[in-house]
Amino acid sequence: MILFDSVTKTYPKATRPALAEVSLEVERGEFVFIVGTSGSGKSTMLRLAIREERATSGSVLVAGRELRALPDRKVPLLRREIGTVFQDFRLLPGKTVFQNVAFALQVIGKSRSIIRQTVPETLRVVGLDGKEKRYPHELSGGEQQRVAIARAIVNKPAILLADEPTGNLDPATSREIVRLLDRINRSGTTVVMATHDHEIVNEFRKRVIELDEGKLVRDQVGGDYGTTTSAIPVIRLDEAGEPGQAGDPGETGEVR
Amino acid sequence: MGATFMLGELVGGLRRNLSMAVSVVLVTMISMYLLGLGLLAQRQVDTMKDYWYDRVQVSIFLCVEGSQYAACAGKATTTVQREQLRAQLEQMKPPIKDIFYESQADAFKRFREQFKNSPLADQATERAFADSYRVSLTEAGKYEVVVSTFQGAPGVGRVQDQKQLLDRFFAFMSVVSWGAIALSALMVLCAILLMATTIRQTAFSRRRETGIMRLVGASNGTIQLPFVMETLVSSLLGASLAMGLLWATVRYGVGGYLSKALVDTAFIGVGDVLAVAPWVVGGVTGVAVVTSWFTLRRYLRV
Repeated sequence: MILFDSVTKTYPKATRPALAEVSLEVERGEFVFIVGTSGSGKSTMLRLAIREERATSGSVLVAGRELRALPDRKVPLLRREIGTVFQDFRLLPGKTVFQNVAFALQVIGKSRSIIRQTVPETLRVVGLDGKEKRYPHELSGGEQQRVAIARAIVNKPAILLADEPTGNLDPATSREIVRLLDRINRSGTTVVMATHDHEIVNEFRKRVIELDEGKLVRDQVGGDYGTTTSAIPVIRLDEAGEPGQAGDPGETGEVR
Repeated sequence: MGATFMLGELVGGLRRNLSMAVSVVLVTMISMYLLGLGLLAQRQVDTMKDYWYDRVQVSIFLCVEGSQYAACAGKATTTVQREQLRAQLEQMKPPIKDIFYESQADAFKRFREQFKNSPLADQATERAFADSYRVSLTEAGKYEVVVSTFQGAPGVGRVQDQKQLLDRFFAFMSVVSWGAIALSALMVLCAILLMATTIRQTAFSRRRETGIMRLVGASNGTIQLPFVMETLVSSLLGASLAMGLLWATVRYGVGGYLSKALVDTAFIGVGDVLAVAPWVVGGVTGVAVVTSWFTLRRYLRV
């Protein structure tokens, strides 16, 4: 479904490549965590997969398309097969839950009857039925992320990319969100989730791809969060946004 | 994208950006009003040319007692000379159409009538005028034949071609109309810059929305169309207002005032406003579409 073949990405004026000679393959229907410190290249991988960026060298294949050769006008078609979720939800504040989800279909020209049918269905899947008429600011963080997920999957994409979807959420809510992603994965969607959340990674035991300074350092099925991020623990704790976890014995045991 | 959804986004977009939309409307209106005035002034010149060239006359002034014309050498034209000139003129039909004799007294009377609102009328004396043959031509361009034949002929003081006087006036009108067009070009430049700024600002304030559209795979056209449409709608509104102003100017300014003040002049009418309308509207459409396309190419990449 997603194939990186010795992909290197160097941003203009950068001293080292954001991604260096990364090769990996994600099969249809897999659930993959991408872990690593900030700046390790997780987001770059996802940005390459939706052709937000082009690889400097190597080839990226997504849903059967070679992205380096993909002309600009075909990029929208690629993106219709990929759902994307971010840490900051990216909802439109002036639109209701229903309108936010419907927006994704309206702008790709779906008919009103399809929208009227699909949007409520999708909202049911993410557990938001009954909240169609709410505005984003009236919802909790977890609910807002559900809206974002609904918007990402409403067009039934083959791939769902999530860039730290739980970064702004408390541990319990994070777990619910990943459970939702897991459920979506079970219905056949390939899910790739970049995350800092070691608890989540350790709990769900999926395939883990670890990046360090742009290099792939680990690709392990059923792996844990790993130790790389322990180099400067303070940073990781800040990023996790949960300073309380510093005292977590299991966690520090792993780290040190 | 559904038409209803599209329309809703368009109206919503214009409302969110009302002050910018209004400024685009006003600047477009003023620039198009100036452009329209320039075009109408040119049509006015054409209308007057048509009108006046049909009436253009060559005046052959004869000598009177104490005439100031050097060719007269102070002697009045004799009756024989006058009859000879008449016969010569009659032979030249065509290009001569009509011959009309105006005596010194008649010329003086006509002058006083024409300048009755001016102090000149009281200052002038009959002695300043001369007897003349007024000759109208079948074609305005043929005046040279008449001039060359009669200039310096015995009994002729001076030959004057009215077309030369008119041409000087039309040249002046032409400068005025081109001036208006040049000013309007400056205003169009203002309008273009304002449109570009508006689009850039709007694109920035809606980057979240356009970002989502790109992520879910909306085509470039779908993402850019609202911007183009908003610019087009505001500028077309400005152009319509300009056309309204032009219509009012011609209807009430020219039709209601000027044509009554200057009865013996032909003026443009409301029909001429309609004739320049396609240019104004077409120009605005072109400017809006091209400007937004260029701006969006820079600020709204996939």
